[in-house]
Formats: sequence, structure tokens, C-alpha cells
Amino acid sequence: MPHDLARAALSGLLHRTNVPKEVVDYIIFGTVIQEVKTSNVAREAALGAGFSDKTPAHTVTMACISANQAMTTGVGLIASGQSDVIVAGGVELMSDVPIRHSRKMRKMMLDLNKAKTLGQRLSLISKFRLNFLTPELPAVAEFSTSETMGHSADRLAASFAVSRLEQDEYALRSHRLAKKAQDEGLLSDVVPFKVPGKETVTKDNGIRPSSLEQMAKLKPAFVKPYGTVTAANSSFLTDGASAMLIMAEDKALAMGYKPKAYLRDFVYVSQDPKDQLLLGPTYATPKVLEKAGLTLKDIDAFEFHEAFSGQILANFKAMDSDWFAQNYMGRKTKVGAPPLEKFNNWGGSLSLGHPFGATGCRLVMAAANRLRKEGGQFGLVAACAAGGQGHAMIVEAYPK
Amino acid sequence: MVASRAIGCLRRFTNASRTLHCSGYISRNFTSSSALLARTHINYGIKEDVAVIRINSPNSKVNTLNKELQSEFMEVMNEIWASDQVRSAVLISSKPGCFIAGADINMIAACKTPQEVTRLSQEGQKMFEKLEKSNKPVVAAISGSCLGGGLELAISCQYRIATKDKKTVLGVPEVLLGILPGAGGTQRLPQMVGIPAAFDMMLTGRNIRADRAKKMGLVDQLVEPLGPGIKPPEERTIEYLEEIAVTFAKGLADKKISLKRSKGLMERLTSYAMGIPFVRQQVYKKVEEQVRKQTKGLYPAPLKIIDVVKTGLEEGKEAGYLSESQKFGELAMTRESKALIGLYHGQVLCKKNKFGMPQKEVKHLAVLGAGLMGAGIAQVSVDKGLQTILKDATLTGLGRGQQQVFKGLNDKVKKKTLTSFERDFIFNNLTGQLDYQGFEKADMVIEAVFEDINLKHKVLKEVEAVIPAHCVFASNTSALPINEIASVSKRPEKVIGMHYFSPVDKMQLLEIITTEKTSKDTTASAVAVGLKQGKVIIVVKDGPGFYTTRCLAPMMSEVIRILQEGVGPKKLDSLTTGFGFPVGAATLVDEVGVDVAKHVAEDLGKAFGERFAGGSLELLKQMVAKGFLGRKSGKGFYVYKEGVKSKDLNSEMDSVLAGLQVSPKPEVSSDEDIQYRLVSRFVNEAAMCLQEEILATPAEGDIGAVFGLGFPPCLGGPFRFVDLYGAQKIVDRLKRYEAAYGKQFTPCQLLIDQASANKKFYQ
Repeated sequence: MPHDLARAALSGLLHRTNVPKEVVDYIIFGTVIQEVKTSNVAREAALGAGFSDKTPAHTVTMACISANQAMTTGVGLIASGQSDVIVAGGVELMSDVPIRHSRKMRKMMLDLNKAKTLGQRLSLISKFRLNFLTPELPAVAEFSTSETMGHSADRLAASFAVSRLEQDEYALRSHRLAKKAQDEGLLSDVVPFKVPGKETVTKDNGIRPSSLEQMAKLKPAFVKPYGTVTAANSSFLTDGASAMLIMAEDKALAMGYKPKAYLRDFVYVSQDPKDQLLLGPTYATPKVLEKAGLTLKDIDAFEFHEAFSGQILANFKAMDSDWFAQNYMGRKTKVGAPPLEKFNNWGGSLSLGHPFGATGCRLVMAAANRLRKEGGQFGLVAACAAGGQGHAMIVEAYPK
Repeated sequence: MVASRAIGCLRRFTNASRTLHCSGYISRNFTSSSALLARTHINYGIKEDVAVIRINSPNSKVNTLNKELQSEFMEVMNEIWASDQVRSAVLISSKPGCFIAGADINMIAACKTPQEVTRLSQEGQKMFEKLEKSNKPVVAAISGSCLGGGLELAISCQYRIATKDKKTVLGVPEVLLGILPGAGGTQRLPQMVGIPAAFDMMLTGRNIRADRAKKMGLVDQLVEPLGPGIKPPEERTIEYLEEIAVTFAKGLADKKISLKRSKGLMERLTSYAMGIPFVRQQVYKKVEEQVRKQTKGLYPAPLKIIDVVKTGLEEGKEAGYLSESQKFGELAMTRESKALIGLYHGQVLCKKNKFGMPQKEVKHLAVLGAGLMGAGIAQVSVDKGLQTILKDATLTGLGRGQQQVFKGLNDKVKKKTLTSFERDFIFNNLTGQLDYQGFEKADMVIEAVFEDINLKHKVLKEVEAVIPAHCVFASNTSALPINEIASVSKRPEKVIGMHYFSPVDKMQLLEIITTEKTSKDTTASAVAVGLKQGKVIIVVKDGPGFYTTRCLAPMMSEVIRILQEGVGPKKLDSLTTGFGFPVGAATLVDEVGVDVAKHVAEDLGKAFGERFAGGSLELLKQMVAKGFLGRKSGKGFYVYKEGVKSKDLNSEMDSVLAGLQVSPKPEVSSDEDIQYRLVSRFVNEAAMCLQEEILATPAEGDIGAVFGLGFPPCLGGPFRFVDLYGAQKIVDRLKRYEAAYGKQFTPCQLLIDQASANKKFYQ
């Protein structure tokens, strides 16, 4: 269950940081597809991980930027003087999503509960039809438009004239860089997880550098038969959890910690959930830069959430278009596309996987770790999310 | 009123004309441009080995198949067939929102003989046959309306790709103009979509959306419309469609894509069954029966369509083509076709705002009274994005009205024309309330309270106390004179009549009534709102009964007389529907409501005196006294039961009718005479309205009569009817009836003038 993964992330964090449990003031987790039994998964995981039962915890949801929302909520609590020490994280368990009974079945079951006499019960049961048993599956589709995200990504890629080859090339790059980073031991933010009854997972297991020829053979997954988004150039859904320790600087120093990075600034944006569903980074990037008083040139490490190759490349084209900036964003000029050599250099969601609610912390940690490793002051994290929303954050390396 | 069902067919015209919003579109450069000869309607360029043919008629929002376009197309195709460089082609329109809207109606109208029309058809047939046999595959890339000749062209191509856009509709609406698909459509469609589906398309003329067309096999691939990207959405979507079409054209030329479509089980079963001659015969018979029942033999086109399809299937292609072209020629010359085409033109006219743009666009609307009419008006407003307040005096009344709006929207969800999310979003535009809160923001108030002058005066005064200065006050009334309502207004220039017809979401007509004091801007504003609500609009001058109610009243008076003369309601109904009215005269009284009919008859009887006499008002009075109010009370001339469709005569009416019986006059009581007594009084009163300038144009009179009152569409409306039937003949008939009954049939001066000068209302 999700709280098991979340608990493991919390235990891992405790283990790595040695932070005394009782100094943690508040715990926040992000998640998207909720397990009904643990709707406040943050609380269940915290209790399981041995945190004090006096430490409150709550769960937030904002599609693929849920963990980002958990972090920024924590930032808000610290900034407003509510708390000094926050644990923020996220969790998603895609391998066991809750599948519901149909509405008719649920209604019958609830009515049965209320029925008082045997006669009432029998008459209710007599209304049963076989189709009541058809289950309701959660879909990765927009509620407002009923369009699946992959379909929207394919249309977005077409709107910006992103070719299949460009998408496959980008996906290949992501897998190659992830493999390289993994081999070089750069992905240090992973803790092993023992799956009960199975072996221990010690590393990201979705990294599969293939060849362009192999990738070209795949059929389109959403817009058939001529679309460009395939299984190979989309992020895959996976299980995962993440956790992060956030403190006020003086508190950390007082406790003898050396911080990794500042969470400097952040913004949330939203736009049309139909045609601009995945353009969050395009809208959020210039806004967060402006807010922090920086320009694109000041950024040394970009970490964008890779939902689809086509989505990343469409965002690049949108960010690099004066026409788009003027007509859709109400800006005078474009912000410009991030230079590829500074972009997702250790792989991304395409190769490392995308556990919806957990990805946000991974992005921020990757940016912080890259700044430490590669040098440089500022990192920019950006992500799109269902509902046509987006987020961006400036991460600043803590001076050595 | 209830005429909606039968003339429902005509509403599809509007859908067709509504799809024609195109904006200028700049054509792009070609990768390797050659053969870029300057033509007017068509140009083409070559992408690798694919010729991209672009249709773009100059100075028009739509592409229509006219002679020039056809000859240019053939020129281009000949070049393509002759070129070694080209292996396949894509046919696309450069106008977003329109592929080809159909053949040029004027081209057909200009023909004097059936032979000329037949020749036109044969030219089209030949051209499309050549295209069908093309050794280089041609892909039709369809975005926007693809209707009539446009669809016939598309189905002659080897492959079809359409954008899955609301604006993309395919169909053969010829039958609505009283003609048939005359360029091979009757022969190709059955092959393509199967016999039953082809009949359905050709006999109803319905528009088919792209996703449905894909399921039917009418198109091979769908392309999703795109959002903003490197270009504006519409522009990029067409470009994308072209890119995809080019890929498929190449694939077809390389034989990498099969033309065979995998059919579903049902489809295979149907096509197997249609292979059996006996089954086919049964289908023809069944369809013909149905058509005869529905058209009462008044519309020749559907029967001929069946005939032509049958000929093609049973006697082979050649015979089919010949029959198609000949029947096309014959149909184009019929009165019915001329009447229907006239209505089409009239409708286009009544979809324009001749009063110009109003100074202030109406964004906030308030409707008073949540009854059937009020809620109906609210429903057609909220789904066009108007913020609408629905106000009623009681919570029960309001709740009923809100439920009506919700049900109307939810029915669209069930039909899958709306998503449930869109429904909720639209429903959110409606605010239900019992007070005048928010009226200070209203740009227009439409009152639909009970038809009582004192009540109307009361609400007008209440409303004027709370609305802003620019706000228009519109009254939805079917008979109360607007200037009388406006008499208590502080600002009569802002008062206008908006007469909607029930059920508002189905009936297309809106009759707008202006008084002498109504300002032009107020009228412009009302027309703009009506157009936004999707209405066909006639604007008439104020007077008792305006135009529509006034025409109906003398006919209703005659209905009563005929009933008194001993013709039973059932017989009367069959005589009127047999003449082309969608609803029988006795049923119409029941549907409208006997009490309403009585009110109107009394009011107008007072205003117009003897001309509106005839039947005895006593009949309606006695019915009201007995509670026989028509459908709403469960009893009228017929008995109505919830959930029962067939209706029985109300036996309690026998004594009422017997008590008021008068003896018929045998010289004017044949079936035909009864029909003409009804129609001639209608027509005479309509002419009177034109004479008195209640009506501005005969076209508005025809549209109002057909769309509001169910005047037989095959006759084209009262004025078209006079033109086609002959003014002299009408005058003669009126005089004959005048001799029998007196003043009620006295032909109006305008009709006499038309007859003596041999003039026509339409030139």
C-alpha cells in the first residue's frame, strides 16, 4: 500500500539526516490517486515510521506537482512562523490503483445496508444485473475534457510541429543520461526498498537506453495510426515515494546542519486544460525568473518534469516563440528555450519514471545535487500537471 | 407552436449555414513549387511526389461547386494525371470551417428546362467518375462543412480524412431543397455506407459529424483539431491535416495502406443481407411506405431518390447514373423545389441583422417568469454563453423552470452533443432567484409572465425601477399589443416585443415586434440576442396579433366553422395534414390551448371585426367552461393520457358540437374547398399584413408562416404559394367563398392588384 512506500521514504530520510524525530514540527505529503483507506497518507506513514504522534501531518494533491505543493506548503509554514522543521514528500502506488464498483452496484450495496427486513433485501437483490459488476477504473484523463493526457500530448506536439524523430531522439537522450548518471553513482537520492515477499529494489529500474531504430518501430500509443507519441517517448507510470527535510536556515545552522540548497522562489500557474494542458513550464518559467530577479542565463541546472518527449520539446518551442509569448502569455518577448547542455543532465521522468505524487521532490533534489556536483548557483525546476496547471521553483546552492 | 416536428427537417438548413464561419487564410509556400499557375478557385503545388490541391474561392466565406471551380478542378486533375512527378494527390480547402458547402444553387436556378439541369448533372457525374477511376490516389482532406456536391466529390476520391471538429459536418441536404444528390451521390453512397444508412442520409438530409462519419465508413481517418502552437489553432490544424493527408497519399501510392476497411460484425451482417435481392426489395418497400406516410405524397424528391437508388442497384451503374441525372432535372423544375429553395434563401436573409450592430452587446440577460416559455428562453440563452437570471414569483415555479433548463441540457449529454462537464459549465450561467437582485447589471430583460396586461404593466414598472438606463425591456407575448404594454413605460424607446414559439428550444422562429417609439438600437439589440440564441428572425410592426397570430386567427375561425358544419376533428386533421400542414388543425387548437385560442379570438375579433368572424366563439367558450383546454388539461377535441401516443376523440365533445351545428353549404364543402377555405383565409390575411406594412418583406412573411405556424414548407409560405399557384386563382377562389360566406373572404387589395397586373411577390 502507498503508506508503506511513504514510510520507507521517511525512514530513509531519518536515516540519512539523523534528524531527531521530535524536532519535526509538521509532515506534508503529496499524492494523486488516493487509496481510500489511507486518505491522509502522510499521517499513516508518519505514524508507521515512528514519528511522534504529536506531529501533525496532512496530505495535498495537485496532480503531477503534488510533491511540489507539499514542499511549498512547508515553505509557507516556515515563512509564516508556524513551524521550523518540515518534512515534505510524495508518494504514488501505480501498481495497485483503487478500482471501484460501478455506481449502480455501490448504490445497491449501500441500500442493502439500510434495508431492514429480509423482504426488502430480497427485493433489492432481485434488481441486480450482471452489468453492475463492471468496474470503474481510474483513468489518466482530464475530468473537464475527457481527453487522456497522452492524446493531449500528441496534439500538443503536432501544434508545435514536433516530429516523431525529434521526440525519439530526446527520449533516447534521457535514457542515456540516466544510465550514465546511474552508472557513475550520481543518483544518490535513492534508498533501497524491500518488497515484501520479493527481492529488494535498489535502483531505478526503468532506464532502458535503446536505439532510434528500435524506437521507430513502435506504434503510436494514443493518436492512431499516425500520431507521434509512443510508449518509448512517454514517461512511464511507476511506484515511488520521496521525502525531504526543509528547515529555516538559522534553525538548521543552530542544529549543526550544513544545508544543501535554498528553496529560493516559486510560482504556480494554470491555463487552458484542453489545448495547453502540458504547457505549464512555459508559463511558469518566465514568471519565476522575474520574481527572483534572474534571467535564463543565470540558471546553471534545469530540471524539468518530462511527461512526454513531445511535451518537453513543445515547451521548448513555445518558450522560444515571440509569437506565442505575445499572443497567449501576454508578454512582450519570449523567455527563450533552456540550453540543452544544462537540461536534465541526469535523466528525467522519461527514463527514471514518474510516480505522480512523488516526482516533485526528485526534481528539486536532482537540481540541488547537480549544482553541488557540477558547480553553479541557481537551478530551475519546472513541471506541468493535469488540470492545465504548472509550477516552477528556483533552487540555489548553499555556499560551500 | 407544435409545427416543430415536421418542419424539423428545415432547421438543418441553419446548421449548414451556421458552419460557414471562415476567416481569411493565407496559403503557404510549397517545398518545391511548380505548376503554380494563377487560377481563381484552385491552385496546387507539389510536395515531393504528392500534389496538394487547394480550393479557395475568392471573396466568399465558402467554397461552392460552380462551373468555374469545376472546370479549374478538371484542368488541375488533367495536369496531375499527365505529370510524371506526381504519384498521388491531396484535395484540401484553404478555408477553415468549409471544405465545399455544396453545389451552387443559382447555377441550377438559372436553368430553364429539365434537360439543362440534367446536362449539369451529367457533367458532374463524368467528372467524378474520372476522379473515382484515377490511377493516382486522391485523398480528400476535409475540415468544415462538406455538403451536397462537396460530399459527392469527396466520396469520389480514394481516401477521406476529416478533422474531428464540431464544424466538420458531412451530408447530402439536397432533399431539403426538393432535389437529389445529382453528381453520382445516389450511386456511390449505398456502396460506401450501405443501403439503409445511405437512404437515411439522402432522405433526411441530416448532417453527420466527423466521428459518426468515421464509424459509418464515410471517412477513413480522423484528425484531432489542434490548439495554439507555432501558429493560431485554425491555421495550424489545416496545415496538420494537410501533413497527415500527404503521408496517407504517399502510403496509398506506395500501396502501404490498404483501401479496404475492416467492418464490424453488424456492418458485415447488413451488407450480407443487402446482397439478397428479396431483402433489398423489402427495404425499398419499407422505406417507400415510410416516406409516403410522412410526406403524404406532397414532396416528390424522397420518392425519386428511392427510385434512383433502386435503379442503380438493380439495373447497374449506367442506368443508375442516367436515372439520377434525369430525375435531378425533373425535380429541379418542380414547384416544391422552388418553394423549398425560396425558403432556404429566406432563411439566410432572416439570419442577418439588418439593423446593424447594437451599441452595447447584451451579456447579462434576465428572464421574468420561469414557465414553459421563460425557461425555454433561458435555455437557449445560457448555452450561448449569456449570463442569465431566471426570476419567478414562487420557489416551486422557479424550481420547475430550472429543472426544464437542466433537462434540456442533459438530453444533449445523452445524445452526446455535450459532455457532462460542458452541461454543468453551461448550467452555471443560469441564476435562479425570486427577487430583483442583479438586475442593475442586466442589458436586457425578457418578460414571459402570464398574458395579462395588468400583470405585464406591473412587472414593467417594477423592472424599470431596478434596471440600468441602457437596458432593453422585451415582452414575450403572442397577442398583447406592445404599445399598450409600453404605455406605462418611462422609456418606451427601450420597449420591444419578442414573440417566441413553444417549445422554445425546438422552434426556430422569433417574431420581433417594434412600436413606433422603439428605437433602432433597441431593435438591433433584440435581433442580435435572437440570432445568438440561434433563431430565424422576422421583424414586424406592432398591431393586434402582430403577424403570426393575426394570420392564424382567421384560419382558426374557419376551423371552428368547419367543425360546426359537421366535419369531425379527425377528418379535419387529415385534410389539413394532407395539404402539408405538419399538425392537423383540430390538434393544433388542443396543443395551443383552447383557452389561449379563445383569448386570441376574442381580442382579435374585437380589433378586426367581421373579417375575423366565421365560426362561433361559443364553441371555444363552452369547451373552456367544461375544462376541455386541450393537451394541458388532458381533454380537448381529443383525450390525452400520459405516456399514450395514440389519441381518441373526446366523446363529450359530441354534444357540444351538436348543439352548435350549422348546415354546410354544399357548393363550397368539398374536401378541396375545405382545405382552400382554411388556407385562403390565412394567405389573404398575410397579404393584408404586407399591405398594411406590418410585414416589411414577403420573405419574412413566408419564413414566419412556415417556421412559426407550420405553413406547408412544400408551398414555401403564403407569398411563395401565391406566386407559384397564381394570384388570379387565389382571388377567384376567395371570391367564390365570399359569395357563400361574405366579408371574411373578401380578397385584399394587394392580392387583387397582384392578380390584375400579373405580378409576383418574388421576382
